[in-house]
Amino acid sequence: MRTIDLAVTPLRELNSELHRQSDGTNEAEWEILNPRGQHAVAVGVDAPIKVAVRGPVGYYGGGMNKKATITIHGSAGPGVAENMMSGSVVVKGDASQYAGATGRGGLLVIEGNAASRCGISMKGIDIVVRGNIGHMSAFMAQSGHLVVLGDAGDALGDSIYEAKLFVRGSVKSLGADCIEKEMRPEHHAQLATLLDKAGIKDVKTSEFKRYGSARKLYNFNIDNADAY
Amino acid sequence: MSYHNPPTTPRKSATLDDYTMSEIRRAAATGIYDIRGGGAKRKVPHFDDLLFLGASMSRYPLEGYREKCGTSVVLGTRFAKKPIELKTPITIAGMSFGSLSAQAKEALGRGATIAGTSTTTGDGGMTPEERGQSKTLVYQYLPSRYGMNPDDLRKADCIEVVVGQGAKPGGGGMLLGQKISDRVAEMRTLPKGIDQRSACRHPDWTGPDDLEIKILELREITNWEKPIYIKIGGARPYYDVALSVKAGADVIVLDGMQGGTAATQEVFIEHVGQPILACIRTAVQALQDLGMHRKVQLIVSGGIRNGADVAKALALGADAVAIGSAALVALGDNDPALEEEYNKLGTTAGAYDDWHEGRDPAGITTQDPELAMRLDPVRAGRRLANYLKVMTLEVQTIARACGHNHVHNLEPEDLCALTIEAAAMARVPLAGTNWIPGFGGGGF
Repeated sequence: MRTIDLAVTPLRELNSELHRQSDGTNEAEWEILNPRGQHAVAVGVDAPIKVAVRGPVGYYGGGMNKKATITIHGSAGPGVAENMMSGSVVVKGDASQYAGATGRGGLLVIEGNAASRCGISMKGIDIVVRGNIGHMSAFMAQSGHLVVLGDAGDALGDSIYEAKLFVRGSVKSLGADCIEKEMRPEHHAQLATLLDKAGIKDVKTSEFKRYGSARKLYNFNIDNADAY
Repeated sequence: MSYHNPPTTPRKSATLDDYTMSEIRRAAATGIYDIRGGGAKRKVPHFDDLLFLGASMSRYPLEGYREKCGTSVVLGTRFAKKPIELKTPITIAGMSFGSLSAQAKEALGRGATIAGTSTTTGDGGMTPEERGQSKTLVYQYLPSRYGMNPDDLRKADCIEVVVGQGAKPGGGGMLLGQKISDRVAEMRTLPKGIDQRSACRHPDWTGPDDLEIKILELREITNWEKPIYIKIGGARPYYDVALSVKAGADVIVLDGMQGGTAATQEVFIEHVGQPILACIRTAVQALQDLGMHRKVQLIVSGGIRNGADVAKALALGADAVAIGSAALVALGDNDPALEEEYNKLGTTAGAYDDWHEGRDPAGITTQDPELAMRLDPVRAGRRLANYLKVMTLEVQTIARACGHNHVHNLEPEDLCALTIEAAAMARVPLAGTNWIPGFGGGGF
């Protein structure tokens, strides 16, 4: 295992080392010590490596990840795993706003709570949050899944496109064009798979409600202007 | 005896003119605001209101066909490991695949490459055609993040974080369903045929402090190689430029209200934002106050049409310019040869701006495969290259006449203004005086 201590190693050196890795690398396991809330830790990784970050990270931790399995043993600042392409990012603590923003693939698991705008503009990523999520989450969410074991704040799924939202707790309010939808067998199966991938075994899919787009705002209609 | 009362000539209102009344009737009939492409069409103070003084007793000119006058420009010298060098200070502005056909994007890349300059992607991501044909490609990083991925980020030569644009500072975008082909839909991860809204704010940062961290992330992902631009609309140029410097820009792109858009509300295009002439000096002032003029390069756009406009922008302190709408005209947009077809669309060559409808007879602002096929990317690219070459020669002509051996040596002292408004905005003297409104003077 390669260990890099950010208390003594510059961030630039860490990210450069991670970027040198590619498919089939022998250095498949990495440990990052003392991140101390630094921004842009382990961003742009493009290799099937495992990265354990021992402590909290600042903005954009694991941003634009491809293929790597990144575990943050602490909390994450804004934009964790933003625009992730594939692989996974696990946050053992809480995540700040914009978690998983614009993500196009892979799995983001937040074991604590996520703040506002979780999954904003998501484009294919799967996000599983064990705790609660803040307001305006899944705003303009295009594709992918957002699973919340706790409660959701105001305006969930505002202006949502084709992303699917599963919430176990309460939803303070739904945003424009977001509605509750029937949980059909295929949705239970889909949700079970997501929970399994996130390593969550203590909840049942029957405890969740599904939310998605009413598709009424897909083409502009002046009579819908009051919805905005 | 009968008296004949002479009739008065029918008089139309200057306030309720024909166009205004037609817009009222259109709004009343449809219940929706007018959406169109392009930039502001109203007359605003512009580069035409400035003149170069030329050389005489106090300045020596350079010989037109003999003495060298450099045109190259280096962009991205502040932080990037790999700044770009262009042969001409005239670049191609960001325009999306989606709003433009793949052929048009390819033509822009071809033309820019022949001319030795850069071209820019747009909302919707990078197409292989465009990357393949563009020697120097600027990758726009937009609020929508449609098609955004780290591979394309690394393939780019520069990254342009788009905060705003001149046609609609503070506004997002809308690509109407009729232009959403399978390919456009796939690139944007959305269903075919629906209206695609482009957000007006970035999803994962809000102000300049956040943007500074976002830029750090982009630099880390791309090994600190690429110049990072910040593009802003002409809103509050002094503060917007100062904050862009603070956020860590290598290059600032400043777009005035005449700059085009693929589609936005007419009311937005015509009533929000400032003309580029009003923006340049305040932007340069901000850079000078921070000691960053020429260290952070300034690209200006919005209504650049010819070499004189370029020379005036450079004289006011810009390092380079960008063209968008004019480049489309060079490709063949609004060509009178297509008048019959424009008439069928209820318009006329020169006025066609319903780019969002995707029925462009020139094959440029469309996703209709048959219409798009009309544009030959090789020939259209050559036309653009010719146009860029002519503009560059025109800038050199003016620079030599002002006694400069590089176009970047043009300066405000080479200019005078024809109107008080232009004198105030450009901070150059009104012709025949040494009066710069707001800066004292007035004698001879």
